[in-house]
Amino acid sequence: MEDQNAKKVLEVSHLKQYFNVGKKDEVKAVDDISFDIYEGETFGLVGESGSGKTTVGRAIIHLYHPTDGSIKFNGDEVVGMKDKAKLQSLRQNMQMIFQDPYASLNPRMKVRDIIAEGIDINHLAKSKEEREKMVADLLDTVGLNRDHASRYPHEFSGGQRQRIGIARALAVEPEFIIADEPISALDVSIQAQVVNLLKQLQRERHLTYLFIAHDLSMVKYISDRIGVLHYGRMLEIGDADEVYNHPLHDYTRSLLSAVPAPDPEYERTRTQLAYDPKYEDGSKDRELVEIAPRHWVQASQDEIEMYQKRAQEQGLPLV
Amino acid sequence: MQSNESILKVRDLKINFKTYAGTVQAIRDVSFDLKKGETLAIVGESGSGKTVTTRSIMGLLANNASVAGGSIMFHDKDILKMSQKELQGLRGAQIAQIFQDPMTSLDPTMKIGRQIAEPLMVHKNMSKSKALAQALEMMKLVGITDAEHRINDYPHQFSGGMRQRIVIAIALINYPEILIADEPTTALDVTIQAQILNLMRELQEKISTSIIFITHDLGVVAGMADRVAVMYAGKIVEYGTVDEIFYNPKHPYTWGLLSSMPTLDTNGAELPSIEGTPPDLLDPPVGDAFAPRNEYALNIDTEQEPPFFKVSDTHYAATWLLHPDAPKVTPPEQIIARQQQYAKMQQELAEQAREHHVEEEEEQP
Ligand SMILES: Nc1ncnc2c1ncn2[C@@H]1O[C@H](COP(=O)(O)OP(=O)(O)OP(=O)(O)O)[C@@H](O)[C@H]1O
Ligand SMILES: Nc1ncnc2c1ncn2[C@@H]1O[C@H](COP(=O)(O)OP(=O)(O)OP(=O)(O)O)[C@@H](O)[C@H]1O
Ligand SMILES: [Mg+2]
Ligand SMILES: [Mg+2]
Repeated sequence: MEDQNAKKVLEVSHLKQYFNVGKKDEVKAVDDISFDIYEGETFGLVGESGSGKTTVGRAIIHLYHPTDGSIKFNGDEVVGMKDKAKLQSLRQNMQMIFQDPYASLNPRMKVRDIIAEGIDINHLAKSKEEREKMVADLLDTVGLNRDHASRYPHEFSGGQRQRIGIARALAVEPEFIIADEPISALDVSIQAQVVNLLKQLQRERHLTYLFIAHDLSMVKYISDRIGVLHYGRMLEIGDADEVYNHPLHDYTRSLLSAVPAPDPEYERTRTQLAYDPKYEDGSKDRELVEIAPRHWVQASQDEIEMYQKRAQEQGLPLV
Repeated sequence: MQSNESILKVRDLKINFKTYAGTVQAIRDVSFDLKKGETLAIVGESGSGKTVTTRSIMGLLANNASVAGGSIMFHDKDILKMSQKELQGLRGAQIAQIFQDPMTSLDPTMKIGRQIAEPLMVHKNMSKSKALAQALEMMKLVGITDAEHRINDYPHQFSGGMRQRIVIAIALINYPEILIADEPTTALDVTIQAQILNLMRELQEKISTSIIFITHDLGVVAGMADRVAVMYAGKIVEYGTVDEIFYNPKHPYTWGLLSSMPTLDTNGAELPSIEGTPPDLLDPPVGDAFAPRNEYALNIDTEQEPPFFKVSDTHYAATWLLHPDAPKVTPPEQIIARQQQYAKMQQELAEQAREHHVEEEEEQP
């Protein structure tokens, strides 16, 4: 998707998000991570529970004040942004779709008003008629019926509720959408519908996505590039196919080996790789190093050679 | 571990729910057997009746539920006819259950050792000290490290994966004959999921429990199940061994289900998905309930419900496509690839059997 001169929509550098700073239960939920997201691409963020995925998403969308680091959206620094007009434009251009389609929709509001919330806040409709038309168009876009506007969330299935959440996010015509586990609560056949919808919208509207999920098969399918998060650190970044087919970091290898496939023969012989965290312990300074083109691994100076060898063994070109 | 002896026989089960809008026919004529030591997976869309089926086995139906027909035979006794007292004796002793969210099945105010020991005290009248000693053994068995020190901890002091281990310990403390696992790993990430699944396999070996496993993750089914039942709109539409369902599926709904899950090898612009929504069970359609969403539907599907057609001794599917007079259809690409793999596997098996046979002959003087 992205090429050399593609525009960077998001630039995260040295982001730290600690909780309970200075207390006994301090948590370094996100600890010095850097990555960029290019216009029109889907960046997938994977990692086990508690690795910091949601925290990254919430920091980007300005729900937290980062402990340290910088987040640039279309070149503007988001951290500590005070300018009202800029904040307004940020809120409009960046939207989040949440994991639980039920908990994130107000049960006492009609679908119409849920979807139009952003339209109202940002004064995007000039009249009641225009607002109504925008809602109807959005319902169309996400494959729901116009009559659904006057119903309440509990009258919908999980997949339909997630579509309402997507319509609400699209209402303000954002450029960039953070989707935090948007399909985890849905069953397989509905997951496919929602993923297809997200992809179709991306093609039609040139949207950029940060896609967070713990289902690695789905993340690979939808993402152009992938970042692997562990204990608040980014361990590996690269093109989705390459990270999955030629993982370089031991953690990525172990994580992928744990993914079950819908193939009994394969399952009978699949062996899961045990993980030894020796290449991410606190004993050395490590940073992301580009080993193969566009393929980065967290390494210390004396580990670079080992990763280069791993890359060569898998037939990857070196930088 | 598996045997052919059925320890549970569900026959023609029909369950309705009374709601303000009318009667929901949630389970419409479900029959299956559970064999000793096997893992039977039940898969199917949200709302297809997986949970209601297993809750009726536990004797735990909601107040607005009514059994409209059928039987669930467990050791020659019909669970549907048992008294509350008999059911309480059954639950947590011979039949146990683990749910998706460990937090909802644990008591946040009770030490975990006590929670694991409780079923022993209730069902076996065991003294507290003896039950706690067994609870400690069980904690070790399910892989809770430093069990001696953690026995007096409360649920919130454990991670999600550890909590699910505790739930499993509670379920297994009485060595139940049947364990019902309803989405036991859906809330967990792949790493922890792998640990829990390994644990379940190991424990099944040790205490030869039969498991009914509900999940929407077909990868998990492929790795856990001996047999698979596919449900749609309150009915089982296909069942067979795990290989038969994954490599030689016959029902178009099973085709759709298998195709809509991406694997690590899936590429391409669009995931095949089953468009449309499941039927309204307040007023189930005439004929095959899947017909409106089925691109392979025949005219007869809207008129008459398909019976089960036999594919093999262990494999049955309820679709008119298996009728001898039905037109031949070409299944989706992914399914053809699966069938080819199946053919290859069958061929290899046949060759192995032949070689084996030859060897045996050669050994004879
Ligand atoms: N508001 C908070 N206060 C204190 N700790 C927090 C807070 N939010 C998150 N954490 C901690 O930060 C870490 C990262 O949490 P986060 O929710 O980002 O993980 P995640 O990768 O999204 O996990 P999951 O896959 O379970 O959603 C965890 O240890 C979590 O307990
Ligand atoms: N107490 C109830 N009152 C009315 N209808 C009910 C009740 N419990 C279940 N149902 C209905 O019975 C049907 C089967 O529900 P069930 O919970 O068994 O589905 P499931 O296959 O387990 O789905 P999921 O994958 O979402 O857990 C659904 O249509 C559901 O709405
Ligand atoms: Mg999260
Ligand atoms: Mg259920």
